[in-house]
Amino acid sequence: MKSINAILKQEVRVEYASKHTARPHPFWVMVQKEVGDHVRSWRFLILLFLILLTCIGSLYTSISNLPKSVNQNDPQNAFLFLKLFTLSDGSLPPFHVFIGFLGPLLGIALGFDAVNSEQNRGTLSRITSQPIHRDYLINAKFTGSLIVISTLFFALGFLVMGLGLIITGIPPTAEEFLRIIFFLALSVLYVAFWLNMSILFSIRFKQAATSALTSIAVWLFFTIFYQIIISLVAKLTMPGQGASEAEVVNYQHFILGLLRLVPSQLFSDATTTLLMPAVRSLGPLTMEQVYGAIPSPLPLGQSLLLVWPQLTGLIASTILCFAFSYFSFMKKEIRSR
Amino acid sequence: MGSGIIELRGLTKRYGTFLAVDRLDLSVNKGEVFGLLGPNGAGKSTTILMMLGLTEPSGGSVSVCGIDATSNPVEVKKRVGYLPDDVGFYEDYSGLDNLIYTARLNRISREEAESRALSLLKRVGLSDAASKKAGKYSRGMRQRLGLADVLIKNPEIIILDEPTLGIDPQGVREFLDLIVKLSREEQLTVLLSSHHLHQVQQVCDRVGIFVGGRLLAMGDIPTLSHQLFNKDSFALTVKVKPAAVTCTENEKQKLKAVISAVPGVTTIEFSGDTITIGCTSDAAADVSRAIVNAGFDLIYLNNKEFGLDEIYQRYFEAGGASGIRK
Repeated sequence: MKSINAILKQEVRVEYASKHTARPHPFWVMVQKEVGDHVRSWRFLILLFLILLTCIGSLYTSISNLPKSVNQNDPQNAFLFLKLFTLSDGSLPPFHVFIGFLGPLLGIALGFDAVNSEQNRGTLSRITSQPIHRDYLINAKFTGSLIVISTLFFALGFLVMGLGLIITGIPPTAEEFLRIIFFLALSVLYVAFWLNMSILFSIRFKQAATSALTSIAVWLFFTIFYQIIISLVAKLTMPGQGASEAEVVNYQHFILGLLRLVPSQLFSDATTTLLMPAVRSLGPLTMEQVYGAIPSPLPLGQSLLLVWPQLTGLIASTILCFAFSYFSFMKKEIRSR
Repeated sequence: MGSGIIELRGLTKRYGTFLAVDRLDLSVNKGEVFGLLGPNGAGKSTTILMMLGLTEPSGGSVSVCGIDATSNPVEVKKRVGYLPDDVGFYEDYSGLDNLIYTARLNRISREEAESRALSLLKRVGLSDAASKKAGKYSRGMRQRLGLADVLIKNPEIIILDEPTLGIDPQGVREFLDLIVKLSREEQLTVLLSSHHLHQVQQVCDRVGIFVGGRLLAMGDIPTLSHQLFNKDSFALTVKVKPAAVTCTENEKQKLKAVISAVPGVTTIEFSGDTITIGCTSDAAADVSRAIVNAGFDLIYLNNKEFGLDEIYQRYFEAGGASGIRK
């Protein structure tokens, strides 16, 4: 009993000491290293440059098109500031589309060699022989990259807002500001999904190149080929001329459901709803439903409610990917090179 | 219960149907340098991984410093420093930064980590290369940095997996001397695995011979040779004049009688012009005296002590046939 007490006391003292001197928990030491490595890497700098460039490009097109788009009957006029993120003349996609396109690339770039590069450098067995739990490594990789991504996106979002504010002179309303914050958080979540997927591949494949290629292949499949396949399916299952209303609605729901299996579709649905308050539904609407509706924008709460399934879907797929990678990493036998 | 600082009991590891480690019992005492000796693929690394809780045994138990390594690996890893074979470092970090990172993973504050890292770098002779990037280190330097990396957490035990692989002979000697010196100074228990007999022989207090997942023999080198060549653990090779080939049968008989009269001699074997004499104790002086007194000229006498080479050799002869699949 005495000895147990002594041990407990010692534990408490150790805990105390670790909190009150500069002895951070090993997990945070690892996160710190990950963040540092990312920020200093060429890969990240190149991606940062790319994203900065698209940011400025899309800001330029949206601002130059802003005067033309102000329309007296447009319910979105109240949300002029949001147009900085969504407006385009067709020559260059708007901000949120760009993020939807480049975000996966960023996620993949930060994660594709997370574990296999450590293995190939021979550092993995050295690190796991330190007194840390094994999952710290992969958790730290994920947390570190997530911190980098969130910082980057929020910085970019605020940068666009700030520049827009200076150039147009229109201040955002509180709701607009919140919508943008939610949009940025959603973007981080979306990139986190791709990050997790590439970490999963980095555990499964020994060669970093294989895991990068696989991640990019999945990304390409979802952004290009999946749409083609869906349109084929849509053509095949299209109801005939004399189909009843219920049949057409069912058909629409079916096709939309198929499309929404893809994270990029979930993301674009969610961002469109958040950034364009006039969007009232993501599915088909019948005439009865639209009849008598006032063409006014939805309040933020309603928009959020509308994208809730998308949000849940994204979170679920992210967690699923993480669970898979966690499982396979914990089972993996770590040998030196 | 055993008193060893490392206790393995009935340790087994199976990969599918392949038995990598087969019911291994091993005990390593505190403060000794223990050599785990065996060919590639004998299961040495797997055993080491199980000691650190890096892989789960299929059966048996591992206790390191009295802690079960399978259920509580973190506590074990606090006390054990492990140098994997072909150790890697973060190549764009300097040697010093690599050490500081390891130290901080062991909850050592940054200031202390830095001073400890610098003093260790000095001890392993890498002071000049402290701020050089680890990617530019040579193989030998990397190994020495690895040793510093292992020592930075003040371990009780250090486990070195093939530490001398790929270093030149001069480097090997320096490295092994360093290990022995450090272990004596710090009262460390050292477990090192190798397939280089001579290196292990130089530095180890005890060795275990490991073939096909089983420990075939264990002990210090004289004990081992005694265990193995129990009848004739000492052997003498002798050449006399007139040479054994040319001398008459009569002389041969006389020689044989003289030698076998020496206490301790068990076998005498004529082969070509040399005579191999097996004996249970070191009888070189008596044998030479007997030969000279009998009127022969002794022109060559070699006291052949069985080194690990012979032990190893003999085990492979036996091991390949019956030792493994018993």
